[in-house]
Amino acid sequence: MSGKPKLHYFNGRGRMESIRWLLAAAGVEFEECFLETKDDLTKLQKDGSLMFQQVPMVEIDGMKMVQSRAIANYIATKYNLYGKDLKERALIDMYVEAIIDLNELLIIHIFQPADKKEQHLATIVDKATNRYFPVYEKVLKDHGQGFLVGNQFSRADVQLLETLLMAEECKPDILAKFPLLQSFKARISNIPTIKKFLQPGSQRKPPLQEKDVPKVMKIFH
Amino acid sequence: MAGKPKLHYTKGRGKMESIRWLLAAAGVEFEEEFIETKEDLEKLRNDGVLMFQQVPMVEIDGMKMVQTRAVLSYIAAKYNLYGKDLKERAWIDMYVEGTTDLMGMIMYLPFQPADTKENNLALIIERDGASIQQSHGHDYLVGNKLSWADIHLLEAILMAEECKPDILSAFPLLQAFKGRMSNIPTIKKFLQPGSQRKPPADEKFIAVVRKIFNI
Repeated sequence: MSGKPKLHYFNGRGRMESIRWLLAAAGVEFEECFLETKDDLTKLQKDGSLMFQQVPMVEIDGMKMVQSRAIANYIATKYNLYGKDLKERALIDMYVEAIIDLNELLIIHIFQPADKKEQHLATIVDKATNRYFPVYEKVLKDHGQGFLVGNQFSRADVQLLETLLMAEECKPDILAKFPLLQSFKARISNIPTIKKFLQPGSQRKPPLQEKDVPKVMKIFH
Repeated sequence: MAGKPKLHYTKGRGKMESIRWLLAAAGVEFEEEFIETKEDLEKLRNDGVLMFQQVPMVEIDGMKMVQTRAVLSYIAAKYNLYGKDLKERAWIDMYVEGTTDLMGMIMYLPFQPADTKENNLALIIERDGASIQQSHGHDYLVGNKLSWADIHLLEAILMAEECKPDILSAFPLLQAFKGRMSNIPTIKKFLQPGSQRKPPADEKFIAVVRKIFNI
């Protein structure tokens, strides 16, 4: 019954990728069961395995957890990536929720209709460089510490790194005006568990390609 | 500096309503400062009190908290509405997130073009009506004790009923749940006229909101 967590999702990033990052950062080995067709999803739904008929779903500690935030919260708490008290938790939550907002934009970019793509990219860049990145740059500048919260590695660091890398995939020089985020990126990338996850052959997923979009759409629609 | 939490938002439900519910259910008195114009929002932004230039923002315990879920988690934990251990927390999170999805869809209905409204309402009801019937015959959703999950579900049920009054007709346990929860003293008080609970947005208010947030 116990053993490694088991992730149920399609073979791509989507809403499962942040969970993969957290598990990897915590040094937790996990297994994956990929949905390849609509039938795979239907089977899970009919099994009663999906509380709200949706994935991500993660089998962990005897639970079939759904809802990506619930899963991430559980993993972060279990593996001490959620701060030392309620106030640190509050700060981590504020930082993480904003990262998730930016992530949402990045995730849906590939699904935009061709005529909307360029504008969507402009929105991503605008929000990233004007609304979100300046905040984290300032946080790092103000306390001068290596990690975002409480001078200790937390999920906020993991999730920010994930997003910085995804943003760079959209626009390689997007961090040009953020020197502290650049050094943050290098520093966190060197943490052994994360370094391992960033190497080829890990369970980190590549960005979705145009050609794979129809296949993914078919699973969920 | 201490004292009551202070909520900054428009005078409507939006993303702040769940926070009002949670504070009210916990018996916590709070103050509100309403954003009525675009200028009010700009002022907050220029004052540097909105971490990501967005509301909701809640002044609480020396913090200017933003991000709805961050605020809700903090309040739930502080007032013992978040279960007794990690596993109960996990269940509460799952229920809350599913319920939030449902409410999010209902919340955005007024901002959608007329033709999509009908379709989306049907979709919401079909997808979630069956799923939230999870009471297992206990009084509360998790740990046999009032939690954020119960409060959030009650809010969602009432919001769904405003859309479709007979939406609970196939869910007797949820009807009983609604009855029980509504009678909890702090919640009963919040449900009475004159409380800080906000009404559903009407056409006029929607126009105001569009102007303030540029949507």
